[in-house]
Amino acid sequence: MDVIEQGVGELFMDPDADKARAAFRQKSRKWENKVMSVKEAVERFVHDGEYLAFGGFGCNRIPAAAAHEIVRQGKKNMGFAGNTSTIDFEILCAGEVFNRCDVAYVIALEARGLSPMARRYMESGKVKICEWTNYSLAVRFKAASAGVSFYPARDMMGTDSFKYSAAKMIECPFTGTNYVLLPALYPDVAVIHVHEADIYGNSRIRGITMSDYDIARASKRVIITCERLISTDEIRNKPNETIIPFWCVDAVCEVPYGSYPGNMAGEYYSDELHIKEWLRVEKEGGKDPEVLKKFLDEQIFSCEDHFEYIQKNGGMAKMQALRQKELLLNGAK
Amino acid sequence: MSDYNMMEMMICAASRELEDGSTVGVGTGAPCAAAMLAQKLHSPNLIIIFEAGGSSPLIPEMPISVGDSRTTWKAISASGMCEVMEMGCRGQIDYTFLGGAEIDMYGNLNSTMIGTDYYKPKVRLPGSGGANDFASFCWRMMVMTPQTTKRFVEKVSYCTTPGWLSGGDSRAKTGLPKGVGPYKILTNMAILDFEPESKRMRVIALNHGYSFRDVQENCGFELLQAKKLTENHPPTKEELRILREEIDPFRYVIGR
Repeated sequence: MDVIEQGVGELFMDPDADKARAAFRQKSRKWENKVMSVKEAVERFVHDGEYLAFGGFGCNRIPAAAAHEIVRQGKKNMGFAGNTSTIDFEILCAGEVFNRCDVAYVIALEARGLSPMARRYMESGKVKICEWTNYSLAVRFKAASAGVSFYPARDMMGTDSFKYSAAKMIECPFTGTNYVLLPALYPDVAVIHVHEADIYGNSRIRGITMSDYDIARASKRVIITCERLISTDEIRNKPNETIIPFWCVDAVCEVPYGSYPGNMAGEYYSDELHIKEWLRVEKEGGKDPEVLKKFLDEQIFSCEDHFEYIQKNGGMAKMQALRQKELLLNGAK
Repeated sequence: MSDYNMMEMMICAASRELEDGSTVGVGTGAPCAAAMLAQKLHSPNLIIIFEAGGSSPLIPEMPISVGDSRTTWKAISASGMCEVMEMGCRGQIDYTFLGGAEIDMYGNLNSTMIGTDYYKPKVRLPGSGGANDFASFCWRMMVMTPQTTKRFVEKVSYCTTPGWLSGGDSRAKTGLPKGVGPYKILTNMAILDFEPESKRMRVIALNHGYSFRDVQENCGFELLQAKKLTENHPPTKEELRILREEIDPFRYVIGR
């Protein structure tokens, strides 16, 4: 198969499937208790310079607690997969955690508008960008999850989205039609927030799964944060509900409201007022950096953990209101 | 003085395009409002699909995110990006609504950057998201956008999402699925489609109170004109009632 055309974007990660297999071979298959704090999980499994992926989509089922911890620990020079990454992306920008990014959708918070802080960082020249689309980035995880070095797809062709990507175009040996080939993306480490997990890492998700089935399998190390721990018996009683099996997982952290201020399907809705407040301060921070610095100190750096962050922003009363809103109870809007 | 605004006009026009029993891939905001309106008014069996995985929900109120839990409320399935886009790539999504900062005469869209140098953009925008994918796969791509010279440009700064590319048969030659492409553009002033041979944008219907000249003056390139221009009727009382009372009571979208 000859390459007809290829993008000029930089491929940040090696798509070699045999190298990935060698790494996955080393991964433990032991039934070990992997429960630890978010602080410990980030210390042990997230390292400067590595490539990071997050689960969830937009502001939904995001690993917010872990994102704050990564910023608090001052992780730097990382690569990041921006597959409709919104509030989590904004948090990482606050710590200037990454310096290269595979972009499908970043900077904006969907219907809420743009994050001034994320835009400033992405326009600063400090971040190398390779361009993708939501599906093509999802396919790259899917290829890695399948243990191959690429997957074919039919999007991107004919556009600048292809030109500034690291994809290649070939002719199908069966039909003669052109296809785009998307290189597998094997992240060094992923953090995925789920509804329920047991102490070994067997995990359940409600609502959309986005790309998390594949990200969990594609990543060399996986940190699971969960709303609540459940027993392994419960997992075994309903094996169909297991989205991520324990042999993919390195750490399990129980973090109730771990997606806050994001949405968690069936649990709590997003805190729109708090998200709006962030955007307002970010905008002000464009003129007066001190205002933004003070805000981030209060919201992230001075917090011991996610509980303290939630406490500062309304505590249990706020969580109760967001739960009622999520479930459309009590006339909540 | 009309008793409806530009956004309401576009949403109503868009909703009329979605026939009962069809499938449509939408994002948040105006496209979602149009799909919800169609479902409540004339297309009860419209299948609304969100790229993050929400499929055929009974949306209780306007979602804020393409992945928020409103997109899976009483849905028939909650899946993921690959599942949804593969449904499109197989040929099972009929329509999609997209937008962008810029659109050209072939319906190519830009949502990535403004400027002349990709590496030093004047403004960096979010990127494709699922737009390139939906436009590549869904049979008929539609765009809702205000009619301004800033948006309707001779050449997009960056082609994020494929329209008819450089016109004629250029799109068919790339390898993108056959028979797929931009179908209609719905603006506050008119409805436009694409001339079948050249694939250039063409005005086919005018909204109440606008002339072809108004549309041309608010467009950065030369428009074609259908032989007979029809008039697109204003929002009906029923459309406005449902839109204002049931779909967007807090005016998140129609208040923009």
